Amino acid sequence: MADALFKVEDLHLSLPDLARKPLFGTAPRITILKGLSFTVPEGAITGIVGESGSGKTSLGRTLIRLLTPDAGRIIFAGRDIAGLDDEALRPLRRDLQIIFQDPFSSLNPRKTVGAIIASPLLLHKVATAGGEARDLALEALTQVGLPASFAARYPHELSGGQRQRVGIARAVALKPRFILADEIVSGLDVSSQAQILALLMELRARMNFTMAFISHDLSVVRRLCDRVIVMRKGEIVEDADTVTLFDKPQHAYTRLLRDSIPLPEVSDGWLQDA
Amino acid sequence: MAEARVIRVKAGPRLWLSGLWLTFFALAAIFAPLIVPHDPLAQDLMLGKLPPAWVAGHEPGYLLGTDSLGRDVLSRLISAARPALFVAIGAGLAACILGSVLGLIAGFFGGWTDRVISRIVDIWMAFPPVLLSILLVAFLNPSLQSVIIAIAIIDWTRFCRVVRAETMQQRRMDYVESARAMGLSSIATLAREVLPNVLPAIIVLLSLEMGIAVIVEAILSYVNLSVSTDQATWGSMIAEGRGIIYQAWWVLVFPMIALFLTVLAFSQFGEGLKERFDPVLR
Amino acid sequence: MTEAYLDIRDLSVALQHSGDRLLRRVSLAVRPGEVHALVGESGAGKSMIARAVFGILPKAVTILEGQVTIEGADLNGMSEAARRLFIGKRAAFIPQDPLTALNPSKRIADQISDRLIHILGMPKAKAHERAAALLEEVKIADPERVMRLYPHELSGGMRQRVLIAAAFAGEPRLIVADEPTTALDVTVQRQILALIAGMQARHGTALLFITHNLGVVAKLCQTASVLYAGKVVEQTSVRRLFADPRHAYTRALMAATPRYDRPEESLKPASPELMGELAREVAETDALWAKERAHG
Repeated sequence: MADALFKVEDLHLSLPDLARKPLFGTAPRITILKGLSFTVPEGAITGIVGESGSGKTSLGRTLIRLLTPDAGRIIFAGRDIAGLDDEALRPLRRDLQIIFQDPFSSLNPRKTVGAIIASPLLLHKVATAGGEARDLALEALTQVGLPASFAARYPHELSGGQRQRVGIARAVALKPRFILADEIVSGLDVSSQAQILALLMELRARMNFTMAFISHDLSVVRRLCDRVIVMRKGEIVEDADTVTLFDKPQHAYTRLLRDSIPLPEVSDGWLQDA
Repeated sequence: MAEARVIRVKAGPRLWLSGLWLTFFALAAIFAPLIVPHDPLAQDLMLGKLPPAWVAGHEPGYLLGTDSLGRDVLSRLISAARPALFVAIGAGLAACILGSVLGLIAGFFGGWTDRVISRIVDIWMAFPPVLLSILLVAFLNPSLQSVIIAIAIIDWTRFCRVVRAETMQQRRMDYVESARAMGLSSIATLAREVLPNVLPAIIVLLSLEMGIAVIVEAILSYVNLSVSTDQATWGSMIAEGRGIIYQAWWVLVFPMIALFLTVLAFSQFGEGLKERFDPVLR
Repeated sequence: MTEAYLDIRDLSVALQHSGDRLLRRVSLAVRPGEVHALVGESGAGKSMIARAVFGILPKAVTILEGQVTIEGADLNGMSEAARRLFIGKRAAFIPQDPLTALNPSKRIADQISDRLIHILGMPKAKAHERAAALLEEVKIADPERVMRLYPHELSGGMRQRVLIAAAFAGEPRLIVADEPTTALDVTVQRQILALIAGMQARHGTALLFITHNLGVVAKLCQTASVLYAGKVVEQTSVRRLFADPRHAYTRALMAATPRYDRPEESLKPASPELMGELAREVAETDALWAKERAHG
């Protein structure tokens, strides 16, 4: 793989615990990320895997600076973006795209699919006029395998898989350098899941973006990702290329995660081992 | 690209019946000077307390009878629609804009902004509203403008509370996070992404508020704290009719019916809109 | 072969206003001590079957034909009150979402013992004792302490254990579980599946297990029905299902399922031709049935 697009050093993050906030004063903070260091190589798909509470989603949001870390460095394309404010981040946003888990809440219900895809194009002046934005939006729709007529539809008229395609179209339309995919197939049926992953692999081959793919499901990661970071309770347990990670997992937790996946084949005793 | 489709109304009977009455009410108010059969202020003591046209002893030309000073009830009823409509729109919009803006800000930004605005709302709602409006109007001098200001100052909290809750709910949606990831500023996110999703709730509340404004104006003119006596209002007509209910019931009953139907129509219109909006919202 | 405990025959249900079929002549049987998988994707009608078993179909849905029998008694023939009592004593349900399925304002002890007191008429002290024993059986450490807690004080896996305890509380002979592990982490899922399997085997319960996960089917179940568009497209033993899947849809599901051991053969999307073929098949049978009905 080529150079690192992201170089993360000693990343710390804590968030206010609103459930335990006293009536007056500030909420206590919970530590989410405990000093993570890793790199995201350019042009590859990096899987970030962990169970609930591992901090994988927060890590993703911190990478694209929707969250601000307490300490540490996030060097993106040679520049530390860990401490930048919203104003300074704005020009970088074009290259830091995100696809969300829940396709039902990530698309504004009162905007058409066309408007949803076109608005970042206009905001970042990738397109200067409405007509140009429309053309680019239609092109993005075609790329994700949706007919152009979908531009006039509203999100609630679409199935879950179709909505997720719209989410992908919105992200790729800007031709960003980095895309964060946050559990994007976990709400889908197996057949839509397979379609969406096939689409991602096809787009990656064509557009050559860098991606971090967050998932709780190791078996999905196996096919899609070039390397995998396994997280547990805010720490990195294992960071290896995918084949090595599955064939020779170094850490017991990685093995536990892998062996907890029920393979679709009959084998007596799998449940007894639990 | 089409902007957000805000209204997709398939009118049910609730919606079009109330809409019909409100249109009728608005037209009567706008064209009152042209359509009144008599001057609503012209007194003729010889024609006092004439009954409506279907009761024995009536005079032709006075469809709903006259009051104790001989003024035509129908003409007064129509001309009283004017201040009612004026207050409904003025007070409704003023309360709506003030309350919605504060509600959007509190719900979207949260934190101390939300705490300050929410505390003010709590304190505000502890005052008895009618008493407060009477005090306010008395202080501001009785006039239609004072009535509008009083209603707006008291009722913005209704909008603020509902809009804040709706905004907080929308705030948690990923599409808002997505707008941030896109690099949209907070204000633009609020206006372009969140507001269209909160608007249906605002419109429904606005309709209800207009009905409330009509009632409050009637209460204030009933206690003589609204417009001067040379403009008929439903409230002042009810106040006058109360004294002579045994001799001339119609002076009391017709403005009450007009008031009742108008307020009912506003609230039903709001409910009807809510039914229409809901499947789109959720 | 033992007699079926739950027997569904030719069950068709449809939306009242449009007449669209949601279940298409579904037949399946679950015997005592057997775990039967109901596999399918969302919208296939899995939950509709569970609702039909408990007689709680939505108001907008009507039964067109077929019957549901438990212990040989036809549920459709019973009055609603009689059916509720009949089912309450014989069957229980394990839902998908362990948080909303528990009453947030009730302590764990009451969530379990209420069922024993109301349906089985057990005295209070005895119900409490039994609840503690059940919590121990689902491997909750320190049951006396947990019984005093509220649902929000438990983790997702713990809540699911409580729901399993509640389901087994009345010694039901049939349990319907609707995706009970879908919301859980994989490591917890494995423990919960092992727990369900162990309890089911010990109590000899007939278990209808609804899932979309073929891996869970392979590890937990003995027989399976594959559901597509409200229709059972394949029904066989689980061993045969995986060794020799007969229906094209079953094969497509298997090809689409991710596998870490054979990545290149997994996650294969179904071809549009196959999906078109399936849709045509459903439309044809619907048309045929419509004709049959028209001719009486």
